[in-house]
Amino acid sequence: MPAAARPTHRRATIETADGQPRASAYVCEAASCMSAQSHDITLRLGERIAALGMTDVTIKRVGCLGLCAAGPLVEIAETAELFERVKPDDVEGIVKALKKVKPTDTRRPQGPFFEKQLRVVTENMGRIDPESLDDYVGRGGYEALKRVLSDMTSTEVRDVITRSGLRGRGGAGYPVGLKWTTVAKAEGTQKYVVCNADEGDPGAFMDRSVLESDPFRVLEGMTIAAFAVHANEGYIYCRAEYPLAVSRLRTAIRLAQRAGLLGTGIADTNFNFDIQIRLGAGAFVCGEETALIASIEGRRGTPRPRPPYPAVQGLWDQPTLLNNVESYANVPTILNKGADWYSEFGIGKSKGTKVFALAGRIVNTGLIEVPMGTTLREIVFDIGGGIVDGRPFKAVQTGGPSGGCIPAQFLDMAVSYESLIEVGSFMGSGGLIVMDDTSCMVDVAKYFMDFCREESCGKCVPCRVGTTELYMILDLISRGEATLDDLAQLERLAGIIQKMSLCGLGQGAPNPIFSTLRYFRDEYMAHIVDRTCPAGVCTITAPEVMA
Amino acid sequence: MPVLHAKPQAPTDDKRWKIVETRMRRMGDRPAALIEALHAAQEAFGYLDTDALNYVGDTLGVPHSRVYGVATFYSFFTLKPQGEHTCVVCTGTACYINGAKDILSGLEKALHVKPRQTTADNKISVLTARCVGSCSLAPAVIIDGEVKGKVKVDDLVAQLEAM
Repeated sequence: MPAAARPTHRRATIETADGQPRASAYVCEAASCMSAQSHDITLRLGERIAALGMTDVTIKRVGCLGLCAAGPLVEIAETAELFERVKPDDVEGIVKALKKVKPTDTRRPQGPFFEKQLRVVTENMGRIDPESLDDYVGRGGYEALKRVLSDMTSTEVRDVITRSGLRGRGGAGYPVGLKWTTVAKAEGTQKYVVCNADEGDPGAFMDRSVLESDPFRVLEGMTIAAFAVHANEGYIYCRAEYPLAVSRLRTAIRLAQRAGLLGTGIADTNFNFDIQIRLGAGAFVCGEETALIASIEGRRGTPRPRPPYPAVQGLWDQPTLLNNVESYANVPTILNKGADWYSEFGIGKSKGTKVFALAGRIVNTGLIEVPMGTTLREIVFDIGGGIVDGRPFKAVQTGGPSGGCIPAQFLDMAVSYESLIEVGSFMGSGGLIVMDDTSCMVDVAKYFMDFCREESCGKCVPCRVGTTELYMILDLISRGEATLDDLAQLERLAGIIQKMSLCGLGQGAPNPIFSTLRYFRDEYMAHIVDRTCPAGVCTITAPEVMA
Repeated sequence: MPVLHAKPQAPTDDKRWKIVETRMRRMGDRPAALIEALHAAQEAFGYLDTDALNYVGDTLGVPHSRVYGVATFYSFFTLKPQGEHTCVVCTGTACYINGAKDILSGLEKALHVKPRQTTADNKISVLTARCVGSCSLAPAVIIDGEVKGKVKVDDLVAQLEAM
């Protein structure tokens, strides 16, 4: 794992009349650009402007600028000029652009990738230094918390969240306000607020980007939640695979504690709340709430039957509020701008915005935020820039291993919790994997089943045994050795596992099979009857073909 | 009242045990600290051997069987020492559809190692990860902590063989 880089650059003092820089270069230092050596760019830019004596220019490390495909990214903040795929030699060009910036310059439009987005959760991303509390406060951070603590009652806070229509962004879409109310009303003197940052879906990196780019927002959201449900202890359960996110969270917690925004007597009131980080250890099932709680308690991350729900009996059997990163990150903005403002966005029962991670065979891989109800076509083609190499679009996979593949005929569908379920998929945490004709749908189903088989915790039989059985049948099909009876058995078994499994992992595991069978049955038939793989992905080993 | 008992001795006088001990003490030497303690031990020693598991269990008052259960449940923990270099191949969805499978089979052919194995000369351990989050660089591998994006099989094999 890449060791999280410590901040080694120091922002030079700005020597202009008002202390504001004339020009500023924002260098993306989120995981994706960092892995393309963007930190070197920051250092090099700093050295260059120091050597040139440009004292009215600032070089700032910022969080995710969004367009990960073109990283490392550098943006001139005043003009919104974006430098893509920056190499150490490109530094001179950036310095030249910085020289040209005039006080009258304004940010010009940046093209459809940026213009079609609506930033709520990601409003500070790429704008603030994620390890600077001053930057966050400078953009209105902690205003919501201070107002909540001084002017509002916990009931009023819960009421605002309920009216906003915010639903859990971890995937299932349970109304956040309702959950908060349940926890607030649950009996018990000790309550906990837990943030689920165990983003295990392959191809999803929304929560990681939020934590890496704007960690204070999550802390503020959790603190407001704690006030609303009368809790004074909080945990963030984060994947150990995200070292940079963990390191920035630790810094943010320390800075917030030092500034009196976390700990005892927050913002000079008598409200106390503190947050600890717990590291996951590479178990996908720990994204399930009861398994996550078991893991925080130091045990094997196996789920247990619900009810009782964690809202009533969670961490150490006390009422526990559990939301994911994006849900908490929405909270400060909702309280600042109001429930009515927030609920204006969206469609039907899906309000507000959703952050998606675009990946796969798409041009603009990256992180986006759009209002609920945006169509898949806008996401994939307008914002995403279409398919790599101009190949034909085949499907978009949402919801990770519990989700499904959505074919081209639904491209004009407005994305919401309900519409995705209708077409046999699932919102999930927000990973969108785009596939073209080089992907075989049987192989994709097999890939996800392999994932579920390995990640099954082994507690309940349908999931433990069933996912392995399903994988074996899919393997037979992909090798061209299956019969139509095997296909019937696959469908029967998938139905059993969906109904009988203990937790969401097993219940969702057959979804990739159902959705690929629903829309791409012809590919299954080609493997079984014609013993060929139309996409040319699978290695056919059936004897009659080999001969 | 918790049962008072003498704190167990670290298996050796290696200074790295102090790090593990401190992490456990900060969390009150309670059973809930188990996963954090295992993280600390693995960070310090690279892997978890039986001595480490028993020491952590004894300090936190967790039965050895349960410590072993937790250590084997989470795929992040490894009970075997790693080779000199590690090569983690990301098998997240984005990397998978961009050719992670070919990378694994290429490594198997050239170095005769499957995922979670180490080459016979103890040089290179090949591991897999479920999405390292560098989806925009797919397919990605991590060699000794450094992410390499848009990997081509031949280049990767050449680089590993030169190590």
